[in-house]
Amino acid sequence: MTTSNSLVYLIALPLAGALILLLAGRRADKWGHLLGTAMSAGSFAVGLYQLNEMLARSTEERAVGQKLFTWISVGTFNIDAGLLLDQLSICFVLLITGVGTLIHIYSISYMSHDENRRRFFAYLNLFIASMLLLVLGDSYLNLYVGWEGVGLASYLLIGFWNQKPAYATASKKAFVMNRIGDMGLSLAIMIAFASLGSVSFSGVEEASHHASEAALTGIGIMLLVAAAGKSAQFPLQAWLGDAMAGPTPVSALIHAATMVTAGVYLIVRSNFIFDAAPTAQLLVVIVGAITLLFGALVGTAKDDIKKALAASTMSQIGYMILAAGLGPAGYAFAIMHLLTHGFFKAGMFLGAGSVMHGMNDEVNMRRYGALRKFMPITFITFGLGYLAIIGVPPFAGFYSKDLIIETAFNAGGLKGILLGSTTLLGAAITAFYMTRVMVLTFTSPKRWDDNQHPHESPILMWLPMAILAIGSVTTGFLFTKGDALANWINPVFGDHGDHHEEHLLEPIVVSGMALTAVLIGVGIALAKYQFSEVDAEAPQNVSIFTRIARKDLMQDSINEALFMRPGQALTSGLVKTDDLVIDGTVRLVGRTAIGAGSELRKTQTGFARSYAVLILIGAIALIAGIWVVTQ
Amino acid sequence: MNSLNTMMLLPILGTLLIAVIPTEQTLRIKQAALATTLLVAVTGILTWFNFDSSNTSFQFVQSVEWIPSFGINYAVGVDGLSLVLILMSVLLAPIVVLAGWNESEGGRWSAKVFYILILVLETMMIGVFAATDVFLFYVIFEAMLIPVYFLIGGYGTGERAAAAVKFLLYSLFGGLLMLASIIGLYVISGENGGHTFDITKLSEMHNYMSSTTQNLLFLGFFIAFAIKAPLWPLHTWLPDAAASATPGTSVLLLGVLDKVGTFGMIRFCLSLFPDASRTFTPLIITLAVISIIYGAFLAIGAKDIKRLIAYTSISHFGFITMGIFAMTTQGHSGATLYMFNHGFSTAALFIVAGWMASRRGSSTISDFGGLQRVTPVMAWSFFIAGMSSLALPGLSSFVSEFLVLVGTFTRYPVAAVIATFGIVLAALYILIPVQKALHGPIAPGNENLPDLNLREKFAIAPVIAVIVALGFYPAPLLNVINPASAHVLEMQGFTDPTPSDSAGK
Repeated sequence: MTTSNSLVYLIALPLAGALILLLAGRRADKWGHLLGTAMSAGSFAVGLYQLNEMLARSTEERAVGQKLFTWISVGTFNIDAGLLLDQLSICFVLLITGVGTLIHIYSISYMSHDENRRRFFAYLNLFIASMLLLVLGDSYLNLYVGWEGVGLASYLLIGFWNQKPAYATASKKAFVMNRIGDMGLSLAIMIAFASLGSVSFSGVEEASHHASEAALTGIGIMLLVAAAGKSAQFPLQAWLGDAMAGPTPVSALIHAATMVTAGVYLIVRSNFIFDAAPTAQLLVVIVGAITLLFGALVGTAKDDIKKALAASTMSQIGYMILAAGLGPAGYAFAIMHLLTHGFFKAGMFLGAGSVMHGMNDEVNMRRYGALRKFMPITFITFGLGYLAIIGVPPFAGFYSKDLIIETAFNAGGLKGILLGSTTLLGAAITAFYMTRVMVLTFTSPKRWDDNQHPHESPILMWLPMAILAIGSVTTGFLFTKGDALANWINPVFGDHGDHHEEHLLEPIVVSGMALTAVLIGVGIALAKYQFSEVDAEAPQNVSIFTRIARKDLMQDSINEALFMRPGQALTSGLVKTDDLVIDGTVRLVGRTAIGAGSELRKTQTGFARSYAVLILIGAIALIAGIWVVTQ
Repeated sequence: MNSLNTMMLLPILGTLLIAVIPTEQTLRIKQAALATTLLVAVTGILTWFNFDSSNTSFQFVQSVEWIPSFGINYAVGVDGLSLVLILMSVLLAPIVVLAGWNESEGGRWSAKVFYILILVLETMMIGVFAATDVFLFYVIFEAMLIPVYFLIGGYGTGERAAAAVKFLLYSLFGGLLMLASIIGLYVISGENGGHTFDITKLSEMHNYMSSTTQNLLFLGFFIAFAIKAPLWPLHTWLPDAAASATPGTSVLLLGVLDKVGTFGMIRFCLSLFPDASRTFTPLIITLAVISIIYGAFLAIGAKDIKRLIAYTSISHFGFITMGIFAMTTQGHSGATLYMFNHGFSTAALFIVAGWMASRRGSSTISDFGGLQRVTPVMAWSFFIAGMSSLALPGLSSFVSEFLVLVGTFTRYPVAAVIATFGIVLAALYILIPVQKALHGPIAPGNENLPDLNLREKFAIAPVIAVIVALGFYPAPLLNVINPASAHVLEMQGFTDPTPSDSAGK
């Protein structure tokens, strides 16, 4: 493989930024945000340079690596701190640093009144560095470092305003649920090492050709657990809604565009495992399908704009996971949807931040309305993102989602029909809840009181939104033109585009069905919210279904009943057992043993003397013992 | 002069120096103690530089006849295992002195006595790891109890006297069992080539024992060590001792003294009784896994920050013990590295928790709140220490914990899988106190707590630096540890399992 000595700068720049900002403390308050942004932009520039270099090489030689040093070496467990940049990871590098830099710029203004803005930028830089390590590591263990690094950054940013107890709890919940996923990643690595003898991507890929299906299935299922934790997929999804406690730029960058898509990366990167482990692959599809409906249903009932978008993120990642579970036919489309989603969802989150900025941090959409007139740029950029996510041609989401729906149908047989129908149903619900967001926020009559003075955000905020909106419009077309993205990325999967083209349904039929689904969803939402009156307070006399959806399909109640309360009971039970039973036994033995000497001790003071007695006894025993045995 | 002897002699010279300083000049006494421990630390680093890691036999060896009629020698030497532990001990000592600058105040005796005890303890800490004569090891093993007993009972807080006695009785009980085994070994050596306490010669003796004898002698050693490095269910002395001792004493107790237990398992249990070790491995692995999970749950349920840290250590010692008895190179090297890393991450936790407690006048977690906004540097130090305790990748403890897990998995997958649940529990037992003490609104009584002063920053900074540096680059230690681990396993007749689906198939 070609080596490149500049890969490390991708990570080193933002990492240095984070360290400088954290260690310099208040001294860096004046320029911290500028340094942080510059470091992210610098990393983006290195990424562009790498892309340029990569384009100049032939398909077979595009991947480059860099070995930094030997990290861990014990017996046959040898892990290099090594980086790998190929056609897959360059997509992520540019997404992370590109969208990341835009969000840095946005945050300069968004966080300008926060006294801890420098710390915020330090965390953002830490996140960028960790996320880059995640996608650049050349082994599962290197990936793991980035994987937990982004978890840490996410934890710190969700809890950025952790003086509010609810926010502190939200950050802890995210970390702990992510750790359940990390457990999966740990076990996947252990199985890989025990059965395949390697944990590097290349080593595992090579060994996977002659490995047993049982081992690969085990690794695959554990990787899926990891992906579910990081990407908020069923059943580890419950943390994402609460994660909206973080400042909105964080929601845009980490909890929409990049970190939560790491699970998709992990599965696509591990294509060689899933391709040879059909059971694990089927589970991936099932998890994706459940989550895409789960998120969409939750999205229909949320009044908090950020939580509605978070539910939508969960659902859209469900699409990506589903596509990744469809194997070589779906990998490229999973990545394509991931990239287009990165643009339109980040754009919409920034738009939500812009709305909150203009509305005194109000997040309840029932208190919005008619903001189109007051925030025209936000309305347009958000609107373009909206058109993209619901899949209206020629916006980005249309292309990427359509391809997933089509591939789902083409999975064949009953599986294909079930998956295809699920993705279509999801598209209809997506159209419904996103139209609801759009209408409640921008086009329905105003429902806010006169204390509110909505206004458009400053240029540092709307410019990133505008750039992301351009991406929401154009990327789908660009990626699919001549199958550009698929041709670029498929060589990573050992696929050279020669697979059979067998369509259950003609693409045009799928597009027609998808558009019909979208129209139905949009129509219902318009009827319900644009052309009927909306209450400023959420109505309480609603159906059981609405109530369940508002409660995130009871996810927290279920987790509490299944894990939290039994766990708490176990903890307090063990605490009592430890004191009464184990230590109690010890105390009893101790009391009995010392009982004999207690009479003696009454005449004494302090413990030093009793110690001396014990020492004496010990010494006598020692001497006596040796004397006896040497006789 | 042999640098091991130098390291042991220097603290003794320090105590003499302190002894001549007038009692009321406490600053001079503290400075003398700090200077001595720093000097020892430098000697320790030089020793590490001069150590030849390609050589698996004992180095810096010295043997002097002590009690010739019993074949007892003053015999010292180090291999990779003991070198790493000595290095850890001598690096932690000056940090303990600096961090606990005012710990001796409020004690039953003077600062002078306190620092003499600390320095005497330092000599013993080096000696216990360096001893290659079983009798010498035993003497130091027992003698170490004395300074610790007085440090807890004389300078601790709360129920310090009761805790000190509990610690003492537990340890003496273990020590007595070990003594019986040592005498047994001595007898057997007399019947087979002459009385000796030399560890290398004694490691041949298992060839002459019946399996019952070997099992019994093994248990004598093992129970003593399982009390030291508390293994469930022999752990209940530790939380009491840690909660009562001064933070500095706790660091030495949990960070160094308890390691004598896990060190002893490798040095004595495995090499003296290889067959018995195999016999008891399933039981020990089970107890280790119980410790991991049990310690974690008790840490989650702990209301006192010091007790919480003690319980996390029980969980961590479970990992170390599991790694040792997994009998793989990854498990072994991981366990040894774990001992070193645990020393530093527990030191960081105890030191900062001690500062928090002395400022607030309480170590109850619910008495704290919002410290991140009152004392940011102290809060960050605690947070990083906590991240190290939960083995965040990028910090040193991740490397050792993962090595232990992967090394165990290749031989005992079920144990490793259960132990892996520990990483979720670790997130809880760290993040719960972090949330309660550092986050949320500022709790009453916390508004005016002072942040770390310069001395305290100087004390905690090197600990955090070691934690971060070894997380990214553990090679300096692994290079020393690996040959020693490989040697032990070779003597035991173990080879690493080959990958089940490897290319050769």
